[in-house]
Amino acid sequence: MKLKPETLRRIDEVIPHYPVKRSAVLPVLHLVQEDAGCISPEATEWVAQKLDLQPINVYEIVTFYPMFRQQPIGRRHVKVCRTLSCALMGGYKACEAFEQEFNTHRGATSLDGEVTIEFVECLASCGTAPVVMIDDELHERVDAAKAKALSDQIKQEAAQRR
Amino acid sequence: MPAPAQRRIVFRHIDEPGYTSDLACYVRHGGYEMLKKAVGMPPPAIVDEVKRSGLRGRGGAGFPCGVKWTLLDRKSGKPIYLIVNADESEPGTFKDRSIIHQDPHQLIEAMMISSWANNVKQAYIYIRGEFPQGARILERAIAEARAANFCGPNILGTNYGCEVYVHRGAGAYICGEETGLIESLEGKRPYPRIKPPYFPAVLGLYQCPTIVNNVETLCHVKHILEIGGDAFALIGAPNNTGTRILCVSGHVRKPGSYEFEVGKITLGELLNDVCGGPLPGRKFKAVIPGGSSAKVLKFGETFTLKNKDGSTRTLTVEDIPMDFDTMAACGTMGGSGGVIVMDDSVNMVEALANINAFYAHESCGQCTPCREGSLWMKKITARMVHGTARAGDGALLKSVADQIAGRTICAFGEACAWPAQSFVQKFGDEFKAYPETKKAAKPAGALELV
Ligand SMILES: Cc1cc2nc3c(=O)[nH]c(=O)nc-3n(C[C@H](O)[C@H](O)[C@H](O)COP(=O)(O)O)c2cc1C
Ligand code: SF4
Ligand code: FES
Repeated sequence: MKLKPETLRRIDEVIPHYPVKRSAVLPVLHLVQEDAGCISPEATEWVAQKLDLQPINVYEIVTFYPMFRQQPIGRRHVKVCRTLSCALMGGYKACEAFEQEFNTHRGATSLDGEVTIEFVECLASCGTAPVVMIDDELHERVDAAKAKALSDQIKQEAAQRR
Repeated sequence: MPAPAQRRIVFRHIDEPGYTSDLACYVRHGGYEMLKKAVGMPPPAIVDEVKRSGLRGRGGAGFPCGVKWTLLDRKSGKPIYLIVNADESEPGTFKDRSIIHQDPHQLIEAMMISSWANNVKQAYIYIRGEFPQGARILERAIAEARAANFCGPNILGTNYGCEVYVHRGAGAYICGEETGLIESLEGKRPYPRIKPPYFPAVLGLYQCPTIVNNVETLCHVKHILEIGGDAFALIGAPNNTGTRILCVSGHVRKPGSYEFEVGKITLGELLNDVCGGPLPGRKFKAVIPGGSSAKVLKFGETFTLKNKDGSTRTLTVEDIPMDFDTMAACGTMGGSGGVIVMDDSVNMVEALANINAFYAHESCGQCTPCREGSLWMKKITARMVHGTARAGDGALLKSVADQIAGRTICAFGEACAWPAQSFVQKFGDEFKAYPETKKAAKPAGALELV
């Protein structure tokens, strides 16, 4: 398991936030996933050892919580809110717009590995529906035009990197 | 009559131009003065103020905060924990996000007052995983507050200390249920615990006495200390005191979050005067008044309620005051304050199908009625929407919902049954139409909900 020194430092910092080591499993998994992109079987074992747990204790967490994943995803993560308030304001259209722009489907990654699109449940910003989270950033009132603009930006950033 | 004006107490500085989330700005606006006042008071006196204020929980259940604090087992000798419920995952609710992002120190000050009042030495903010920026803002604010002795060891030079940590969830709605939250904070799957015996006030985090309060509830504690419990109790309506933040989303011209005295504004005033009424050319059809698990209200239905003197009064949906008790008397709930509005462009079967998909996704899977029932309900409404419904599906839907509510470990059972029960009861015609009407071709550009 190869993690950045900064990740290891933050892991050691977070564990003493709790009187019981096991409590640190969510924060440690977040840190591992941010660093490694997903939680591999190897990472599961590493976290278990780090927190004096059995691998199953970590595995059952990874499989329960929607934000943890066992496979890597695209470089950018587009999460479109699916729930009622967003749907009422055109959330499905926003999702379709992203799907068209990146020629992929919700739950899948574009062929170039650049973008994974996902439908997620209420993001607690229903008053500015429809909303979309791209990586850590929330975007509000995402109509078709805004979905296009956001997609263009992602494409541009990808082109610059290449 | 025009709608009453907002009364912004918790939201006083939210969306105020120039107001920032840093400590200096907060202190410039009188921040942490109430914590200074608190540490000069005996803790039981603060609990008493909160009790007298009548403050009810803003997280969903509306349980009196002072009573919750009184139930705390203070004799066990075990440490007492405070957990802020910042999971904000009830669909339609988006107020805690604003407090966290724009006024994090208000929450931290309120937490420290509450911790002092209840002899808490370690407090956690359980924030949903989808608020990564909110978590960073809180962490920065805690570091600032700690450096200024507003939290951490020796608060304000006293020998009292309390550490605060931010704990991020990872995308599961059930972590908002307080005992599921506690399991999650213990590093386990968030399976809600059975009450009794696992009331957090007695057997909470690590089997120690624990307070779990919503972000907005706790913020009120600071303002109760400022004006006194009795003065707070005069705001709002009897047994429904103070102000609360109402989050309006869906089909209105001006969606957003607004703070009013509890019960001083009616649903009609909120939607028509404050939120600008329906979208051009549309009419209101239905509204879910307290987060997606509250029972739906249908425009046009009326409610006959008993007055104290035995006489009765009749209310339309528009007449209902936004308080806990009248909402309950009208068969729904004030819940989390999330008001979701649907107009005449909405097919109620599709709307319920959307909601059912949410609950089927979020059931923790511990109890059979909830795990199986939520999935069945999702499948039935999906069949209806896709034109493959079977005869009797409407009745089956209701029967499944009836067999969930009241038969589960946690209130998620009710949360997922109430929408189905109320939609079928109030919009029966739309449900009966299946399967006779096969999937009608949708006009291009029509609203899609599933
Ligand atoms: C399924 C379910 C989800 C819940 N989600 C939340 C939530 O996201 N935020 C919240 O504050 N309370 C939520 N609650 C309510 C909590 O269980 C608990 O009542 C609340 O945190 C108590 O705080 P309060 O008394 O200040 O309202 C939820 C309850 C249930 C049954
Ligand atoms: S009611 Fe549903 S969410 Fe609650 S414990 Fe049972 S299965 Fe889990
Ligand atoms: S329904 Fe999309 S943010 Fe709440």
